[in-house]
Amino acid sequence: MSSYLECNARERIARVFDTRSFEEFLPPAARVVSPHLAQLDAPVSFDDGVIVGRGLLNGQVVFGAAQEGGFMGGAVGEVHGAKLAGMLQRAVAERAHAVLLLLESGGVRLHEANAGLIAVSEVMRAILEVRAAGIPVVVLIGGSNGCFGGMGIAARCANTIVMSEEGRLAMSGPEVIETAHGVEEFDSRDRALVWRTTGGKHRYLLGDCQMLVADNTDAFRLAALDAIAATQGHAALTLADLEAEHLMLATRLRDFGAAAEPMDIWKTMGIPDPAAIPMLEAHDFTERVQPFRKGAH
Amino acid sequence: MDWQTLASQLFPQGHTVHEHEQFLSGTGTVDGETVAVIGTTGHAPIGIEIALTQATAVLATVRTHPGRPILILVDTQGQRLRHRDEMLGINSYMAHLGKCIDFARRQGHKVIGLVYDQALSGGFITSGLMADACFALPDATIRVMGLPAMARITKVPEERLTELAKVDPVFAPGAGNYLRMGGLQAIWEDDLAARLGQALREADPVDRRRALGFERGGRKLAQPVAEAVSSGAHVLPS
Repeated sequence: MSSYLECNARERIARVFDTRSFEEFLPPAARVVSPHLAQLDAPVSFDDGVIVGRGLLNGQVVFGAAQEGGFMGGAVGEVHGAKLAGMLQRAVAERAHAVLLLLESGGVRLHEANAGLIAVSEVMRAILEVRAAGIPVVVLIGGSNGCFGGMGIAARCANTIVMSEEGRLAMSGPEVIETAHGVEEFDSRDRALVWRTTGGKHRYLLGDCQMLVADNTDAFRLAALDAIAATQGHAALTLADLEAEHLMLATRLRDFGAAAEPMDIWKTMGIPDPAAIPMLEAHDFTERVQPFRKGAH
Repeated sequence: MDWQTLASQLFPQGHTVHEHEQFLSGTGTVDGETVAVIGTTGHAPIGIEIALTQATAVLATVRTHPGRPILILVDTQGQRLRHRDEMLGINSYMAHLGKCIDFARRQGHKVIGLVYDQALSGGFITSGLMADACFALPDATIRVMGLPAMARITKVPEERLTELAKVDPVFAPGAGNYLRMGGLQAIWEDDLAARLGQALREADPVDRRRALGFERGGRKLAQPVAEAVSSGAHVLPS
């Protein structure tokens, strides 16, 4: 059993998919690197920070990708984004059983900002294309860089998000908000506040992530299998799905819009002893909050 | 261009577009056909409320007027940078808006995006960039962030970025760069009403932006890489 957080992208792929079943598309040996980094004297990577391919999950053909947080924080550039989009297209063409996205990204790679922004929008649309073909898309988030910016949006285009407590899912990073509006707005060095605001437990309570697991690769693998099984047959987005999500988001705004900090929200939800929430193990946590969390169908 | 002038030029046959707290909505008539208009103005920061309001308008159009074309007017400074928005899950609100637009497209609504003033990062990928095709006025500003901020984060001197921006469309703000990279279908120079009519007639739900970026030389690798991945081949040297 290994810590998902401590694994790199390749190790995660190797442990989440069936042993030695993953075939990488356009592997590092193909030497396809970002065309934009050299002119900025930035290092390149032979996989441009993302692994895409096809493997087996309990014997079923599942397409997948894993972003490497160790290379530019998993940020999306032209090649990185095109690999994701191409894999998603191929998943539709080959009628994959499911698609598994192991996301870890700061969002758009600023060194190639415009190309990265368009690429993220292409990835969002490609994810929705996969779902429209009836193929479940499951996102796993548990890397140290979290899942931010455009990839935080793209993640929410999937059917299911599985997170660990250590995973973070949001839009703008705390540093960006602190830079824009000062330390009183968001103290990026207050790690406990950062975790309460963007971490897996808060996202699970609000209904932004559907499964919360302990930080180990086996737990992520099992959750992915459960998520895929639960989604088969209704992966495509329907008007009813959108209306349910709309109601959830409108209700959240109405009920928690005046909260000053996440723990106030947990209190308003009726969770007993909200101050103890950050200390609970994943299993104890999910059991205790089950009756209170939002977005559960 | 302010939205009032824009709306009257887009819809010489009349419109009901109005503003409420930086949110634009209403309808306009193009070639005798009613078009739903949804958008933002005043460089609106996209916070959770205005993202949800726009999603409400898209869903209402899908429910009440099946097939009615939708025009998304973009003027935003990007996502709102506040702790409260992050705490409440702004990425979910923005993704919801993007999904509503995508859903409308799949239900047969033609969706056109128009950047008439400013478009930035998160506010753009969940609005104009989710349309069948996105257009811009010549003076529109489109960017992820300004060069000074980019210099700070990438640790590349600003002068160097400014120099590179002259020859490489990948960092520099501007509609022309997004056009070259395929993010924009075209820039509307004149007769906005005729351009909108034409865009609606030619609207195509297939995402062809990588191919456009390749043809126009602004994104030379995206198309071959995606192609190589999806076909199982290798990337041919360009």
